[in-house]
Parts: sequence; structure tokens; C-alpha cells
Amino acid sequence: MSTDNQGPIWEVFVQSKAGKPYKHAGAVHAFDKEMAIENARDLYTRRNEGSGLWVVKAEDIVSVQAEDAESFFDPSDDKIYRHPTFYTMPEGSKNI
Amino acid sequence: MEDAKKLEEFQAKIDAEIKIEPKDWMPEEYRQHLVRQMSQHAHSEVIGMQPEGNWITRAPSLRSKKILMAKAQDEGGHGLYLYCATETLGVSRDQLLNWLHEGKAKYASVFNYPCLNWADVGAIGWLVDGAAIVNQVSLQRTSYGPYSRAMVRICKEESFHQRQGYEIMASMMNGTADQQKMAQEAIERWWWPSLMMFGPHDGDSPRTSNAMKWKIKRETNDDLRQQFIDKTIPQAELIGLKVPDDNYELLENGSYKTSDIDWDEFWNVIKGNGPCNVKRLKHHKKAHDEGRWVREAAIAYNKKKEQKLQTA
Repeated sequence: MSTDNQGPIWEVFVQSKAGKPYKHAGAVHAFDKEMAIENARDLYTRRNEGSGLWVVKAEDIVSVQAEDAESFFDPSDDKIYRHPTFYTMPEGSKNI
Repeated sequence: MEDAKKLEEFQAKIDAEIKIEPKDWMPEEYRQHLVRQMSQHAHSEVIGMQPEGNWITRAPSLRSKKILMAKAQDEGGHGLYLYCATETLGVSRDQLLNWLHEGKAKYASVFNYPCLNWADVGAIGWLVDGAAIVNQVSLQRTSYGPYSRAMVRICKEESFHQRQGYEIMASMMNGTADQQKMAQEAIERWWWPSLMMFGPHDGDSPRTSNAMKWKIKRETNDDLRQQFIDKTIPQAELIGLKVPDDNYELLENGSYKTSDIDWDEFWNVIKGNGPCNVKRLKHHKKAHDEGRWVREAAIAYNKKKEQKLQTA
């Protein structure tokens, strides 16, 4: 690594308020965890957007490659019985 | 052959309004267009801090000083959103900054005009940010996912900028004759550069066609410019400012017809001959160079901590 750079990329996730899921907001550069979370606060929550904040080094994230996505998610294609609409309910049944 | 098929699938996704994400296949020309446009957009946000930043120490009240600081901080933040989005295309932040410093990447020419007085701060917020908003609202629907998401975030924050500028202009127009004169002179300085922000006429813009086909741009330069004109002229008239165009007229369709832009001036500033081109870039390099020791110290500190962790 050269002696002058912006540091590694950290992905930032913000929880807008308690009970809500964390949502990807963007990324920051930082040299360590403390700097990453502080940079994320200054950049992504200037207007009270957050009650919770996660940062994670981008290189530590595992993701599905776009070209593999189809075969990767394929196993769920033939299991339509996982959806409630698969089942036939008796005529006149209610609250189910 | 395979590329032709991929290109076809790519275009089908674009046509179906499915966003392109960083790991998806994309034509090299699409990627390059995005890198150019998004980094230019990021540089514009950051360079745009300079004309106004000059006035933070001279703001006329504590209220206006706090507001201007928050606005300049937002512009820096917008630059960072956009740099991050550009980096998803596989270009490093350091590379993007190098291209700016080498003069290979551009930024919005409007920031090469000086901000002479407090009325100019108002005019910049109202007109320059106003023009930027029209462009950015349209870009929320751009086809590249990370760019689109950055635009949504920016648009949420940007309208305060325009309103603070218009408030400055309106309060000056409610003030003394001298203040009114200052405000009028400011609109005369900033009106044309703001209209130029939308770029050349569509027929003279070499990159419009692919950008439209690939939905990087959703509306043409001229359409966006017209939207801005139609919004802004009534705002000027409301507070008693006169748009510096003797030939403008309201058409029956509610749209305004205006004189043509001085394109010689436009190209001249783009080529680097504007009043502040040299100054803006020099200042950016200086700030970057003066921050080098901070980056080096942070790298060294982190290395030391990691070594400690390994030996512990």
C-alpha cells in the first residue's frame, strides 16, 4: 500500500429508527474502525437519519457474483408450496 | 458474438427500467461514460465549496454563518456520496483525484466564476443550486443503481440550499436601495452561467445519444434548461429582480422564450480560461497536499495497532 492513500472502503448501514431494519446507505474511506464509524456518522446521519449504524470493511463482505445469481438462487424456484397461495381452502372458510 | 448477446440483454434491462448494479455486465463505453460523468459531478460538489467557503468568515450574522457552514459541509458530503458511487465502477478514489489534479477530469464550469459579495452567496444558492437540483431530480432515474441512489440522497438535502439562497435574495430586495442594487447585480452575474450549467444544445453535445439510449441521462440538456427557466423567472419577478435578458417572453403554453446563450464564453471557460479556473484547482491541490501528513499518520497508527494485536 502506498504511503498516501484514502484508506480502505467500508460499507455503511443505517437504521432509521429502533425496530427498523438496517439499510445500506453508501460507503466511506477510513483507516480503522473508529474512524470508519465516525466518518459514517458525519457523512450519512447529518439530519438525524439514524438511531443505529454499522460499518464493515468492503473486502470482508461475501456476495453472490452476478453471473452465478441465477443458478445460486435456483433451488427455491420449484418450491411453490412455500407460498400460502399454493393451498386450496374450502369454500366459505374465513380468517385463514 | 457473446458480447452482442450481452449487449442485447443489457439494453433489454435498460428498456425495462431495471437498474444496472456494479457487478452486472455493462458495455465498456457505458462504464466509461459513467466514470466521466459521476466523477465530474463529484468534483463539482467539492470544488463548489470554494466560492461560498470564502464567505463563511464574513457572513453577516451568526444565523447565516451557521447555515453557510452546514451548506458547505453538505456539498462536501455530496462529493463523497458520488465518489463512493463512482468507485463501484472499479476506479479508486486516489485515481479520481489524480485525474482532477492532472486536468483530465472536469468539474462544473460555473465554479470558475468568483463569488464577489454576500449577494453572490444568495444568487449561487438560488440559481446554481437551483439548476443543479433540476438536473439531479432527473438523474434520480438514471439507469446505474449506485448513481441513482446517491442522487436520491442528494436531492433530499439539496432543497434547503436553494431556499437559503432565495431567502437571502428576497431579504436584500426588502432592504435599502443599495442592497437591492447588490441583489440585482448578482442575478446579472449568475443568470447566464447558471443556464450554461445544463451544457451545450443537444445537437452540439457529442455524448447525448448513447447517454439517452442507456438512460444515464433521462432528459436532454435543453429540456432541463427550459424547466429551470420556467421555474426561476417567476421567482425573480416575485421579489422584484429583473432577469438580464431583454428579449425574454412568456409564451401561451406557460413556458418562457429566452435569448440564446453566449456559447463562446461557455467554451472559453470550459477550456480553462474562466476567471478562477487556475485558482480553484490550485487550492484543491494545496488542501490535498497539506492533508498528506494526516493520511500518512493514520496509516502508520493503524499499522502499529495491528502489529500490537499480532504480538499480544
